[in-house]
Amino acid sequence: MVVMAAAVTTDSPTGVRAELALLYRRAGFGARPDELDAAERAGYEAAARGLLDAHDRPDPGAVPPPDLDAEADRRPPPASDRTARAAYARGLRERTEALIGWWLGRMVSTADPVTEKLTLFWHGHFATSIQKVRSPALMLAQNEIFRRSGRGPFDALTLAVARDPAMLIWLDAGRNVREHPNENFARELMELFTLGIGNYEERDVRETARAFTGWRAGRTGRFTVAAAQHDSGTKTILGHTGDLGGEDVVSLLAHDPASPRWVCSRLWSRYAAPVAPADQALTPLLTAYGPGLDTSAALRAMLLAPGFQATAGRLVAPPIDYVVGVLRALRITVPAPGAGGAAAPARLATVLRGLGQVPFAPPSVGGWPAGGAWLTTAASLVRTRFAAAVVDAADISAVADVPAAERVDAVARLLSVPAWSARTRSALSAAAADPPRLVTLALLAPEYLVT
Amino acid sequence: MPLSRRRFLIASGVTGAGALAAGAGVLSWDALHGAAADRPLAAGTGVLVVVTLYGGNDGLNTVIPFQDPAYRQARGDLAPAEPDVHPLADGLALAPALPGLAGLWKEGRLAVVRGVGYPEPDHSHFRSMAIWQTASPRTASTSGWIGRWLDALAAKDGATGGPAGGSTAGPTGGSAGGQAGGADPLRALAIGPTLPPLLVGDHTVGSAVPTGGFAAPSGRLGADLHALYRPDPADSPLAARAAASGADLFTVAGALAPVLADAPERDAGTQGQLDGGDPGAGGGDGGELGAQLDMVARAITAGVPTRVYSVSLGGFDTHAAEDGTHTRLLGQLDAALTRFHRSMAATPRGSAVTTMVYSEFGRRVAANASGGTDHGTAGPVLLLGRPVRGGFFGDQPPLTDLDDGDLRVTTDFRSVYATLLERVLGTEAGTVLGSDESFPRLAFL
Repeated sequence: MVVMAAAVTTDSPTGVRAELALLYRRAGFGARPDELDAAERAGYEAAARGLLDAHDRPDPGAVPPPDLDAEADRRPPPASDRTARAAYARGLRERTEALIGWWLGRMVSTADPVTEKLTLFWHGHFATSIQKVRSPALMLAQNEIFRRSGRGPFDALTLAVARDPAMLIWLDAGRNVREHPNENFARELMELFTLGIGNYEERDVRETARAFTGWRAGRTGRFTVAAAQHDSGTKTILGHTGDLGGEDVVSLLAHDPASPRWVCSRLWSRYAAPVAPADQALTPLLTAYGPGLDTSAALRAMLLAPGFQATAGRLVAPPIDYVVGVLRALRITVPAPGAGGAAAPARLATVLRGLGQVPFAPPSVGGWPAGGAWLTTAASLVRTRFAAAVVDAADISAVADVPAAERVDAVARLLSVPAWSARTRSALSAAAADPPRLVTLALLAPEYLVT
Repeated sequence: MPLSRRRFLIASGVTGAGALAAGAGVLSWDALHGAAADRPLAAGTGVLVVVTLYGGNDGLNTVIPFQDPAYRQARGDLAPAEPDVHPLADGLALAPALPGLAGLWKEGRLAVVRGVGYPEPDHSHFRSMAIWQTASPRTASTSGWIGRWLDALAAKDGATGGPAGGSTAGPTGGSAGGQAGGADPLRALAIGPTLPPLLVGDHTVGSAVPTGGFAAPSGRLGADLHALYRPDPADSPLAARAAASGADLFTVAGALAPVLADAPERDAGTQGQLDGGDPGAGGGDGGELGAQLDMVARAITAGVPTRVYSVSLGGFDTHAAEDGTHTRLLGQLDAALTRFHRSMAATPRGSAVTTMVYSEFGRRVAANASGGTDHGTAGPVLLLGRPVRGGFFGDQPPLTDLDDGDLRVTTDFRSVYATLLERVLGTEAGTVLGSDESFPRLAFL
């Protein structure tokens, strides 16, 4: 099918194993050697289907979400009461840490990594931050929307997100009232969520804002429409005129001819390679997405697309993917909040902060950056410390128990790296006598950082 | 305690003592430390500090036309009480939260360029910030304006066989690191975990360093990483960049670790993120921006050979309940900039440091019903520092002649960049901004 680029090694991998390794890293968080062995026996297409269909099988690794006290989020004491205020801030911090630890733990232990990866994709697409929402319970509810509806039709997903209290708070939709529409949600809905820039006019944004007037998160944290604040007048959006409400606009935008390209190019950009919306590579995705706006079908088509394997080496593993991938490969689980150890939620949150990607806290509604932006000197320092710390806590017998001369290949197998460059092979060989040192270096090798 | 050049050198020596045996083609730790210590920035070399305010700072509530009835009418409750503002001239005043900047204005060290923007303003944060950072409004350029400046200098290095542009040439010649053409990773530094597009060139990138003290791995791990991050011709472009960013860590940490030896390690964390939302809290010491600028001040004082620093403050997207948030953010900005300016006043190298403050756009002239403002267009750019000639530059956009509710742009942002490129960075502006259009230079320098 496709030959791996830059594979300079003495033991050339079989083509299909390299392709499967890429499939598992991109669609999920990497493969363990036994998974890759089984996948190799099944063949690429069956393995891809198996990954996607894990959704329909019981998942013993689906850690149930923490019990977050939603009531506590809603009761910020007055700033004048310093003691109560400090207790409130501490509680908020603890619940946030529990939430972050839970999701990372679930990503690490799940038997359905495709769904967790897609949930993460939608979190970046509809990027919402706890910094402004200030409610772990509402962020969890939004996360469950991505997990539940992220594989379904895009219009239903978008409508669920448009009514999601965390999103309503995040983009000030609750402040959007008839007399003075607030455009924040309307603009991002068109620019980032459904159409992409250049596919609408300023007046469409202003009209769309009118359609969502009155939508808000009620006092109990539920979606509600304040009828008195809703503008039920006639609006014209993308050439459609009528008393358009929010539901109408979501449907209109999701079915606009520009939307499938936008959604599919976002998928391709994050799973395959940076892409322009006009790229030919999108054709199979667009066909599969079809009039039903079927996101699962687009995902499947992408993983099986002829051009997918040709994108090897075009992505940098984002920090969450990297950290989760390392923990899965080393079979380290995430303990409960408050516990210690290299994978303790608080430690992982600190590592991810240093790497620039904390779950539930994207930097802006545009989501996280991609590609080379993750490769900074600041991040290399944090990554180095993280790798050394987790290796200390890991069972690396798969590497340690083989003769020193075979360990460089054993660690490639452990991490599903198809091939080391001559430079990396030489650096790793120098450390082969010391397995923890060898595995630490392998986790930091350019061939592992780039997928 | 202020860090002297002498102390910087001593500190370098101490850290450099654990010299590493390095492979062929890799400079040793000694040499890396030497590169930072032996080629301090020549006194008088221009240094630019870029402060990015993410989210769209409300320019009209920063430099306020407080005597214009149209302003009070448009802004209603968001207009501060007249006795609270800091009057400048021409009927304009600085916001109540900016007393430090008002002091700099009186000293003649604050320039305000008014009505800055670009043709056909875009209301998207991302498109607009991309335009500001790439300085390329008409095409979707992927390189930042400082990145292209780095490219230009790297090309010059390639031609002369050593770092160009203001560093005194040291015995180590071309610095270490895996950058294309052996470019100096210290030349442009972002403070924070990720690299802003501003510092990404077509061939060369700046470095990102965390706030607080840090040191590269030493001992055997350090030596191992040197070997692991050597360039390999088989590397894909991204793998090459991964290797380069790892190698650059040693150069950057080698130069900065001693400078920051006694800086507290910061972890703002969810704690800072969540508590920071408390209006009025955390502004007194300049908050996170203050910590970033403190690092910059230490590095400049010690003579680290960096010409451009990038720092940032986010949260300016004030669609709702703007008053408390904006006041808090301006308070942080004021405290951080004022302290930075004081540090620069106390060091000879500070005489060549210019700071620019900008945001991707201003906000709509009329307030919305949420006590906030929506995305707008033109805004003021602030320049401060000892080389700066204070005063107003560019025309104030009139509030009575709006473009669909937005201010009209009176000054192209590339006029500001061109001026900085030529008078601070000593590079012909066309090299970075292209020669298709010309942008009048401004007299703030």
